[in-house]
Amino acid sequence: MDVLIGILLIPTVQAVLKIFVIIFALVMPLATVLTLMERKWSAMIQDRVGPNRANIPFLNNFRGRGALHIAADGLKSFFKEDFIPEGADRFLFTIAPYFGFAAAMATFAIIPFAGPIGDFTFQITDVKPGLLYIFAITSLGVYGTVLAGAGSNSKFALLGGTRASAQMLSYEVFIGLSLLGVFMVYESTQISVIVNGQNTYWFGNLIPKWGVLTQPIAFFLFFTAMIAETKRAPFDAPEGESEIVAGYFLEYSGMRFAAFMLAEYIALVGVSVLVVTLFFGGYHIPWLHLWESAPQWLVSLLQFMKFTIFTFFFCWLQLQIRWTVPKFRFDQTMALGWKKLLPVALGNVVVTAFIILIAN
Amino acid sequence: MEAVEKEIRNDADASIMPIEIGPAHPAMHGIVRFTTYIDGEEIIDMIPEIGYLHRGFEKESENSRWIQITPYTDRLNYVSPILCNIGYSMAVEKLFGIEAPRRAEYTRVIMGEISRITDHLTCVGAAAMEVGAFTFFLWFIKAREYLWELVEQVTGARLTTNWTRFGGNANDIPDGFLQELHTRLEQTKDILKECDALLTRNKIFIDRVKDVGVISKEDAMSFAFTGPMLRACGIPYDIRRSDSYSVYDDLDFEIPVGTVGDCFDRYLVRMEEMWQSISIIEQASDKMPAGPVILDDRRVSFPDKKEVYGNIEGLIDHFKMVMDGHQPPLGEVYMPTEGGNGEVGFYLVSDGSGTPVKCRVRPPCFNYVAAMPYICKGEYIADIVPIFGSVNMIGGELDR
Repeated sequence: MDVLIGILLIPTVQAVLKIFVIIFALVMPLATVLTLMERKWSAMIQDRVGPNRANIPFLNNFRGRGALHIAADGLKSFFKEDFIPEGADRFLFTIAPYFGFAAAMATFAIIPFAGPIGDFTFQITDVKPGLLYIFAITSLGVYGTVLAGAGSNSKFALLGGTRASAQMLSYEVFIGLSLLGVFMVYESTQISVIVNGQNTYWFGNLIPKWGVLTQPIAFFLFFTAMIAETKRAPFDAPEGESEIVAGYFLEYSGMRFAAFMLAEYIALVGVSVLVVTLFFGGYHIPWLHLWESAPQWLVSLLQFMKFTIFTFFFCWLQLQIRWTVPKFRFDQTMALGWKKLLPVALGNVVVTAFIILIAN
Repeated sequence: MEAVEKEIRNDADASIMPIEIGPAHPAMHGIVRFTTYIDGEEIIDMIPEIGYLHRGFEKESENSRWIQITPYTDRLNYVSPILCNIGYSMAVEKLFGIEAPRRAEYTRVIMGEISRITDHLTCVGAAAMEVGAFTFFLWFIKAREYLWELVEQVTGARLTTNWTRFGGNANDIPDGFLQELHTRLEQTKDILKECDALLTRNKIFIDRVKDVGVISKEDAMSFAFTGPMLRACGIPYDIRRSDSYSVYDDLDFEIPVGTVGDCFDRYLVRMEEMWQSISIIEQASDKMPAGPVILDDRRVSFPDKKEVYGNIEGLIDHFKMVMDGHQPPLGEVYMPTEGGNGEVGFYLVSDGSGTPVKCRVRPPCFNYVAAMPYICKGEYIADIVPIFGSVNMIGGELDR
């Protein structure tokens, strides 16, 4: 027993366990639920019923209001033929889906989901470079799209791959620039410092210094750029389902296609999580520290709930955006980035620097 | 075309890429293929290839009785079948030199304008869907559903209407139809207003369609454009006014025109035409005269069943009609009507027998598809989507 506890206390073992718990108990279920949520929510917007056909024949045709579609979709993609088109580069074609998947997953490594209880943190690791790690990882996701586009031996996939790489590479610039202001305000790139910085207050205990209040422009820039980075509508020109059919993942089927789809939803969750962490106080609940007698486990639980609710809200917001607006043409996406977002982001950095200079 | 292929051969960097858009492609509504040559994202050239939906309508017609062609005309335009029904029946009526009774003409106008609205709803909705406004499309389809239920009440079918006859219509509107029509139109108006608010001033949508797919007045005329495509270029040509067939002279409506002839103008023209059609329907239902809906002329219509069983002339007329069919007088005729998409014309040649010698359809979208390479040249590959959406190609009448 002591040996077991001893093993559990090794930081590496703890980290591995946290990875498993976060991936299989938090991220994957949320992403799969989102696939259904997106279909159901879009159905509600569009006066449709939405998916409700999947049923269990032996259980009185139990349908669960369409919830079984999650299982049905998963099973279907398992049993589909894993087709590799003729002339495709088999190696690139095979590995491409997992780049995006891995990059989307890796975002969660540095996100704190709740406040620490004693020494135990609800965060896999609090790396010193913090957000720089996120930038590095998201640029890895580009490889998935490029390799898929280049390896599929399809012209539509090639067009989609080039569009995706151009779009993702340029929007990484704006992600970085939009967060510069945040780094300046909280004087660090480390996640824990930024999150704790948002638990301080203006005017005594009146207004929390949330990122969205200290850096409102950065919030809009970051949210826009992240949606573009994950290639969600209205920036889904790389998929361009009406002109280049499905873009870079056109030739994929079965489990590999599911990996692309799931990566998209995991990235969606990732965007929401990052927005909450950087701009909405992370796990901190404002004014909760005034309740001094609160037991730490209860505080952590409440914090976790707050974090989840906010994350859900931003997931929902992204769905809502997707089903409301038309989508940009590819060159318009790029023009928006370089001609509008870039000057605004730079201006934001300069203005922030001035204000900090004057305030000090 | 040879010039482009030569250019490809001489292109040292091989930057020009041929790409097949269609026949099975999400943006190709009917089935059509565009062999497109692109340089990066820009379209260098394009070759339309049609005929994937060819069913031999014209040849089939030469082996059918005059009246048997009416159900084929349903299938010509599968988003506004009644307009094709009316066009064909009016052509045959012109051949006979007869006119349908006033009530029949008024119901034809109502049903025809309902079909024009469904046509525009489908066209605008699908075009908007392809630039990403999926919600808009489904709201429009909801409105189309209201109208198709009306069509169903009158004709018994939503698509395969087969409703008009020579010298009138197969049946009159049912009791209470005009009341129902009124409520459905109000619902449609609500949806139109809602969708207008959602999309018309949406910056992203305007960016996608404004100044895309521009065609000038002169080019549009030389390509023989008609309908909304021509009107979007600023030419107020509408066969309902210029030829004033049917009872359109009694009805008051405006012809919306665009200014520059881009996709946005086509969108606006179609949106406004739906409002005009609604106003036409309201006027026609107010003025609806009483009377028969089919001519009592033994050359074109069946005698009443009482006549058939009651006296010998009726029986003979019925027998002749069944065995010989309609026999229009010798001659040829061309009857243009304003379809949902432009001029739908039927050119009929009769030798006085029970089957036509020739039944030629002038589809509106043939000219549009022919002009596609001209419109698309120099645009981005993503612009094919709004351009082709606003062209509203209907495979059924294009390939026949």
